Amino acid sequence: MSIDKATVAKIAHLARIKVPEEDQEHLAGELSAILTFVEQLNEVDTDTVPPMTSAIAHKLRRRPDVVDDGGDREGILANAPERAEGFFVVPKVVE
Amino acid sequence: MSELTRLGIAEALAGLARKDFSAIELTSAHLDAMAAARPLNAFITETPERALEMARASDVRRAQGESGPLDGVPIAIKDLFCTTGVQTTAGSRILDGFTPPYDSTVTANLWRAGGVMLGKANLDEFAMGSSNITSAYGPVVSPWSPGEPGAWTRRLVPGGSSGGSAAAVAARCAMAATGTDTGGSIRQPASFCGIVGLKPTYGRCSRWGIVAFASSLDQAGPMTRSVEDAALMLGGMAGYDPKDSTSVDRPVPDYRAGLTGDVRGLRIGIPKEYRVDGMPAEIEALWHQGIAWLKAVGAEPVEVSLPHTRHALATYYIVAPAEASSNLARYDGVRFGLRRAGGSLKDLYEETRGAGFGTEVRRRILIGTYVLSAGYYDAYYLQAQKVRTRISWDFRDAFQRCDAILTPTAPSTAFAIGEKMDDPIQMYLNDVFTVPASLAGLPAISVPAGLGADGLPLGLQLIGRPFDEETVLRVAQVLEQAAAFRELPPCVR
Repeated sequence: MSIDKATVAKIAHLARIKVPEEDQEHLAGELSAILTFVEQLNEVDTDTVPPMTSAIAHKLRRRPDVVDDGGDREGILANAPERAEGFFVVPKVVE
Repeated sequence: MSELTRLGIAEALAGLARKDFSAIELTSAHLDAMAAARPLNAFITETPERALEMARASDVRRAQGESGPLDGVPIAIKDLFCTTGVQTTAGSRILDGFTPPYDSTVTANLWRAGGVMLGKANLDEFAMGSSNITSAYGPVVSPWSPGEPGAWTRRLVPGGSSGGSAAAVAARCAMAATGTDTGGSIRQPASFCGIVGLKPTYGRCSRWGIVAFASSLDQAGPMTRSVEDAALMLGGMAGYDPKDSTSVDRPVPDYRAGLTGDVRGLRIGIPKEYRVDGMPAEIEALWHQGIAWLKAVGAEPVEVSLPHTRHALATYYIVAPAEASSNLARYDGVRFGLRRAGGSLKDLYEETRGAGFGTEVRRRILIGTYVLSAGYYDAYYLQAQKVRTRISWDFRDAFQRCDAILTPTAPSTAFAIGEKMDDPIQMYLNDVFTVPASLAGLPAISVPAGLGADGLPLGLQLIGRPFDEETVLRVAQVLEQAAAFRELPPCVR
């Protein structure tokens, strides 16, 4: 599988990472090499094999649906790059 | 060099109990060693004041007869574990300025056991790497590098991603360290630095408060200078945690008590598929030596087959980036860490993430985004998860015939900073022997077993059944005794 510069730009956008145009050609080469490397997996017969969903067999636990933590607005906002009146601040999203 | 920095955990605890020295003295000796070893760049953040405060509290507890199982033991923490009030970077610019208001469960467990934090150890950015070269805080230099510290004739990598942890333990700056292992990040640096590194079973240690890389693979574990110390540290780190839904609710055994030294009758699986093409003769020879050592004390080597081993790396390099691309979506410049101004919210995300992530992390996020994207999910991610099942079944079948599996840890000794940098796949091959156990969630340890022709350490790996760390540790200690690895890195000779 070979991916081109346009595809790099597309997945960079999906991943919300700005990739300078001058890096895109090189990245296309690297990503293509990795995709070529992983294509060997098509050799493995997996028709009757379920996908792995958990590294170790265990059942997800249940717990009562109660609040057992929280109410720490200051702790949550303490690392915010920008905050105001108890909220995170982002650029305007609704005109 | 102070004699106190040469002690293992068990010896140190005995010395503290006898009042031969205080926790303050023990910690001070390690702080001095940490300062002297600064050219290694093993630490991103040193926390000497916190260390002395914790040591003082430890001495008080001991005087009152209330000491915990690791009371006074000076520990380095990989900078992937959140620590209250101490910046946590994950080796990335994108976490610039992040100071967690909480501790990870594993570090909280260690502090409850009496551990003393020396500082936060350097690592590959977001634990992605096998060389510690991808850290935004610069590479760690292995203490095994030849020449005088700071004026090395060749700067070697300590391995990665827990490279700072491994270097700190090998350089006698820390008595023990925490690491995390996603595809070999505890075991490979342990092999490169001539120390012991244990990746426990997935679910044995809580992942809560550890910066996530690939959540179905990440597991915390100890890095120490002996198997006994690894057993003691694991006991302090492990345990059920309701905050991690994959943490397992089963008792933590007394791992040290399981070190009986008796491996008679144990069947040691030797997987024929680990004889990979181009494996250096000295690695093959060391592996045979390991088999001979175990046989000599009554264990029984048996050949086993893990037929899908050759597909493990490809599987890993789909699953891990896919999970990483999802996990790292949280770094958006809004709630914590770096923020780069943008006109719109979309610009803010793209500018922040473009500036904050290094090239290896960016590469993996892009691969992960691609294999999860519409139209490719089945072909890549789903197929990889199916092959992962096959790899897991291989181990399940092999453990019908054996009690532990012996392999080399890494396909080479440490390489120099700057080597293997051009081709990501060449770098990924470092993990060829460690990735399969990660994919299957199994406990695995690396034990220093000898030196290569270049005078650098080589480790052997033991892999066990799920939650059978006790057998892994027991066999590892027997291997450790047979190997009698006593070599010291040049900087502490």
